[in-house]
This record gives sequence, structure tokens and C-alpha cells, in this order.
Amino acid sequence: MFKIVKKQPLNPTVTKMVIEAPLVARKAKAGQFIILRASEDGERIPLTIAGYDREAGTVDIIFQIVGGTTMELNALNEGDFLPDFVGPLGRPSEVEGFKKVAVVGGGVGCAIALPVAQALHANGCEVHSVVGFRCKDLVILEDEFNACSAKVCMMTDDGTYGTKGLVTNALDELIKAGNEYDEVIAIGPVIMMKFVCQLTKKYNIKTVISMNPIMIDGTGMCGGCRLTVGGETKFACVDGPDFDGHLVDFDEAMKRGAMYRDFEQHKRDEFCNLLNKEA
Amino acid sequence: MAEKNMSLKKCPMPSLDPNYRNKVFEEVATGYTYDMAIEEARRCLHCKNKPCVSKCPVQIDIPEFIAKLANEDIEGAFEVINRSSSLPAVCGRVCPQETQCESKCVRGIKGEPVGIGRLERFVADWHREHATEKPTAPASNGHKVAIIGAGPAGLTCAGDLARMGYKVTVYEALHVAGGVLSYGIPEFRLPKAIVNKEVGNLKAMGVDIETDMVIGKVLTIDELFEMGNEAVFIGSGAGLPRFMGIPGESLKGVYSANEFLTRINLMKAYRDGSKTPIRHGKKVAVVGGGNVAMDAARCAKRLGADEVYIVYRRSMNELPARAEEVEHAQEEGIIFKTLTNPVEVLAFNNPDDPRDPRNGEVCGMKCVEMELGEPDASGRRRPIVKEGSEFVLDIDTMIMAIGTSPNPLIRSTTPGLEANKHGCIVTQGEDGLTSREGVYAGGDAVTGAATVILAMGAGKNAAAAIDEYIKSK
Repeated sequence: MFKIVKKQPLNPTVTKMVIEAPLVARKAKAGQFIILRASEDGERIPLTIAGYDREAGTVDIIFQIVGGTTMELNALNEGDFLPDFVGPLGRPSEVEGFKKVAVVGGGVGCAIALPVAQALHANGCEVHSVVGFRCKDLVILEDEFNACSAKVCMMTDDGTYGTKGLVTNALDELIKAGNEYDEVIAIGPVIMMKFVCQLTKKYNIKTVISMNPIMIDGTGMCGGCRLTVGGETKFACVDGPDFDGHLVDFDEAMKRGAMYRDFEQHKRDEFCNLLNKEA
Repeated sequence: MAEKNMSLKKCPMPSLDPNYRNKVFEEVATGYTYDMAIEEARRCLHCKNKPCVSKCPVQIDIPEFIAKLANEDIEGAFEVINRSSSLPAVCGRVCPQETQCESKCVRGIKGEPVGIGRLERFVADWHREHATEKPTAPASNGHKVAIIGAGPAGLTCAGDLARMGYKVTVYEALHVAGGVLSYGIPEFRLPKAIVNKEVGNLKAMGVDIETDMVIGKVLTIDELFEMGNEAVFIGSGAGLPRFMGIPGESLKGVYSANEFLTRINLMKAYRDGSKTPIRHGKKVAVVGGGNVAMDAARCAKRLGADEVYIVYRRSMNELPARAEEVEHAQEEGIIFKTLTNPVEVLAFNNPDDPRDPRNGEVCGMKCVEMELGEPDASGRRRPIVKEGSEFVLDIDTMIMAIGTSPNPLIRSTTPGLEANKHGCIVTQGEDGLTSREGVYAGGDAVTGAATVILAMGAGKNAAAAIDEYIKSK
């Protein structure tokens, strides 16, 4: 059993939890993920590690409430326990040997981009962060990005905060302004990563993206997380989750990601009804 | 001794009606009654040279346990089996007895062999239902051993070592123990309550089972030694699913058999109200001809499919699945499309609406017909494509059951652990010693995908070798 030490809503749809998991905390690195179950008969879901404290023995997760399981997770409180918390899984992000990197985060993807930005910064790399949200109310982790970045471009779709526009607009401007990046790291919705990669391809800048596909075991067993990279089938759980964004078939990944959309919507409604009844 | 039963036929196994069972997940074969078991046991001739035992990977003294059973000493029969096997109720259900013990049965020369598997199952089930004594932990010998993977190989190795007094910790990556017995083999062939009970017996013997532990990630093998373990056994299985490499394999509605079966068996997606989603296809093709393919096809049928096809490139004669599984599948209405091979999975595409949610869903499978040529390296006749035989099979779900490879997590994180080009861990001979001192391996991680009982045999041999190694230190 894994204790929820702290729970903090970051915005109306995104929650941060600090989980007591000393063995995972001891090995965790930026870019890796965990798999959890929120209840004994629950679904296994993968979440990327948003931070860790080796001394305290805790791991941070940040999740968006999208389906039944994330809703169930969000109904738990400080002091409650998760039955399962497995990790750290996947390969860590490469964060060494860079001089200047642009980190692009979109929505809740910023939670995953942050530890990568922090690790790069800690290794002496100049980090330019481009973070995008739908609107002001959904902005998360602004202070944290400011603390580890030489430059932060805050973007919102509707212009209620920062600059109105997409992350690709800001990244394009940074590149045009003469910034020479060793690498771009983009983490967010698949559609955002696709367009970032289209842009950086034009400039021939190596771009790494982090996939968060449907997954069950997280150890290479189910094959549910497979995606096509450079024409080959890869498993996000053991070959990734980071991949060369210029080789990923994003359209296929988007379709696969929507495989259970109806089921999720249904489960979410079901869970809402359950909460209403209890209330 | 009671009178012999000289019937040429086995007492048939009672089973649920095919048209009832193909809609539910209840166990298909309901098991011998007491009288049936005693009758069948009396068919055994108790050969002095025990040919059946020579084909049992865990060396159960078969004539001895059957003799006790024939004399209605069922607990005595259980004790004989229990000396050699940690999972008798499992083996009695899933072992391919027809190619092992029963293949050497003298009664099989002029008739059917003794139903050894069915008798083993009866004895184990009877013990589970009637025994009052719980297994206890033997006296400790003060030595610690770590086991990676709580599947058939790991559990057997753990059971044998625990009996010898070792303190055994089994590390399991998933949230429940059992390995393929839990995530792979469906409830209707192996009820999970039985797996849990057998795992419970090991725990009662003092075996620690730590779930949610992915060795190679959270702890390395070197760290397991630092923690005071004197030997490590790797039984991590062959979990990595293979795909065919044909276009369309990543469309919505294409599963690996592992994913499909894991959703159903481990995550209980077949139950109403399950939190894990599964696709309820109406027309399902399962590609492959092994036991896993049969399991996947029969699960798809139970989820409500109208048509389920087994698509296999060779003929009925070459199907690698157990004859009994093929029969059960046929009875349940699974359609066998043999001498057929898929070449492309076709996607639905609405040209007028790129946002149509059905876009990218499986809507058919382009296949070719095959014919059999000369035998290949495996001794089976090589399938050759028939020119101009292309056709489209109308399906909405496709399940790939064409095999698995060993999981890469351990070999990629353990320096000095040798593996072959297929990713199988290299061992020296029968006892499972790897290229690392004190590290043993067995089961599918070494052989590639094989059977439960072979994995158990490997776990057993490794346990004996580990005991010898630690004692000689």
C-alpha cells in the first residue's frame, strides 16, 4: 500500500499528489513513469513521474481528470492509500551534454516537461521553456518553470494570460530570433507534439517527444502501447516513452489513443453519478 | 487391491454444454466425480518401470499416486503428488498430458491411456476441498534466495526451496502472483480461485511474494545479492508479443493476444462494471494456431462475437494447440480458417469526414490462401502462398497470437548475463545456471514461449541446483 502524503489541486482539472514510495523514489529519473491502481478492482494506468524526493521517499504525480480512473484517483485524499504503485518504468530522458535546449510543454504535459527542464538546468544547460494552456485558469507550475529556465514563454489559446497563440508560434519566434538549440523537447497532447515536430523538422533541430499511450502492464508484455517509429513497431513502455519526434507516426498514435474514448466518457459519467448519490 | 477396470476408453470428462458455456466464463470441464475417479484409477496397470514418469517434467510418481487413489486413499495420493509438484490443481488442468505422461502409458497401446491429468486434477481438487491441515513453514536453514517472477517456474522453484528451509522472496511485476496462470490462461480453463489457493499454500510455507516489483527497474540483480540473497532465480517469462510486420497492425481494434487476454483475465474486463475497457467485437479474427490463439478466440466468443475465426497458415494437422483445446473451440462455434495468412489489416476511412471516430478502425483483413510444400527446419510442411488467392475477410477486431519473446528488462540491466540472439537467457545444461555465478534461470525466459509444466520442471531443477550451490559454498 502506498500512502498519499499530500494532495493539491493545481487547477480545476489537474491535481498533484505526493505518494510515499521509497523504493521508486530511490531510482526515479526524469522522463520515467509509474503505473498505479486507485482501488483494489481498479484499472492500471500509467502516469509520468512529475518529481521525487529520494530522502523523503516520495514520488510526485500530476494528473488530469479525464476518465473513470483519474476521477476515482482524485476522490482519494491525504492519508488514503493506493493499492499499487509500480515503477520507475521506461527509459529516463537524456539530459546530459546539452548547452541549450527548448522545452515545450502543453497543458498537463507541462507536469512531465518540468522535471526534464529541471534536470537539464541542474546539468548546466540553458533552458528556454515554452508552455501553453487553453486559458488562464488552467495554468500550472509557472513558478517552477521560471526557476529553472533562462527564458519562459507563457502562451494561452484565448490570450487570457501570457501571449495569445500556440506554443509553435513562440518556438518559431525563438528560433527565428537566432537561438540555436541542441535539441527541442516537446511534451503535451499528441497533436501539439506533431506540430512542434513539423516546425523543428523545417529547421532540422533534433526533437524528442514523450508518449503516454494506452498501456496495461508497463513492462513490455501487452503491446498495447505500441507505436510506429521510423517504420518500426516500438513499445512506449520499454523502448520509450521518449522518442525521436521526427520519426513518430503521430496520426496513428492519435487514433489509437481514442480507442476507448466512449468507454472513458461513460465511466466518468458513471463515477459522477456515484458521487452525486453519495452526496 | 481393487479389481482392474479393463475398459479401452478413458472415463469421459464431464463438461458444460457448448452453447451455454460459450457465453460465460465458468470452468468448461467440471471434473470427475468421486466414482469416476476411482473407476479411472483402476485402469492403471502399475507398470514396474513407470514409463509415464519418464515423461513428467516434475517427475511425479504417477503409478504410486494412482494406486492410492484406486484404494480410495485420496489424501495419500495427494501427498505423493505434493512431493514433486507445487501446483497440482493447475497441472491437472493445463498440462499437455497427451504428449507427456499419457503418451507413454501402456494402456494407450491398445486403446486410450489412463486419464492421468484428470486424476491429478481430481486429487488436487479433493484435497483443496477436504483437507483441514494448512501447510506450514519448514524449519529455516538460514539462507536467503530471491526469485524473479511469480509464474509457474518461479513459484515451483520457490516451493521446492521453501520445503528445504530456504527463506524465499518472490518478486512479481504485476499486482497479483501467478504470471501466465493469472494474466494469460482464462478463467474457464483455469479458475483464478485455484491459482490463488495454490499461491496461498506457498505463502503458508513461508514464501514471501512481493508484487508491484519490476526487477531490473526498482531493484537490480546486483542489489538482490547486496540484500543478502545467496542465489537468484530468473523466471521472468516470455512476455514480449510478436507482431507480423504487415500494414495496419496498429489500427484501432488490433490486439496482441497478451493485451486481449490480460484485459480479460487479469483485469476482469469481461465482468459488468469492470473499470478496464475491452472491445466487444462482432467479427473477430485470431491469427495463430496455438493454445493462446484458442484461448483468445474462445474469450472473444464469450464477449459476444457472432463470428470468431482462427486464421492459421498451415492445416488442421499442424495446429500447435492441444487437441482438447481445438475440440473445445470447435464445439463452441469457433470457425477454423486454416491454410490462410493475413497480408494486410484494412482500416475504415470516411472520405467526407476526417473526424469520424470510426476512422482508423479495423474493417477487414486481406488474406491469401496457402498450400503446404516440403517440410522446413521445424519438420512441419512449409506453407506457400497460392498465386492469385487474395481475398478479404470481413472483421472488426483482430488478435495476434503468433508468439512471444523473452522480456528484455532483466538482461538489459544485468551486466554479465548472457542472452542469445532471440533474447533468451543462456544457461548451462539442465540446472539453469547462467553466465553469472549464483544466478539461475528457467522457463520461457530461457526457452522462449513453451508450456507451464516445462517451466515448472525448470524451476524444480534450478531449486535443486541452487541448494547444491549454496551448500557447497
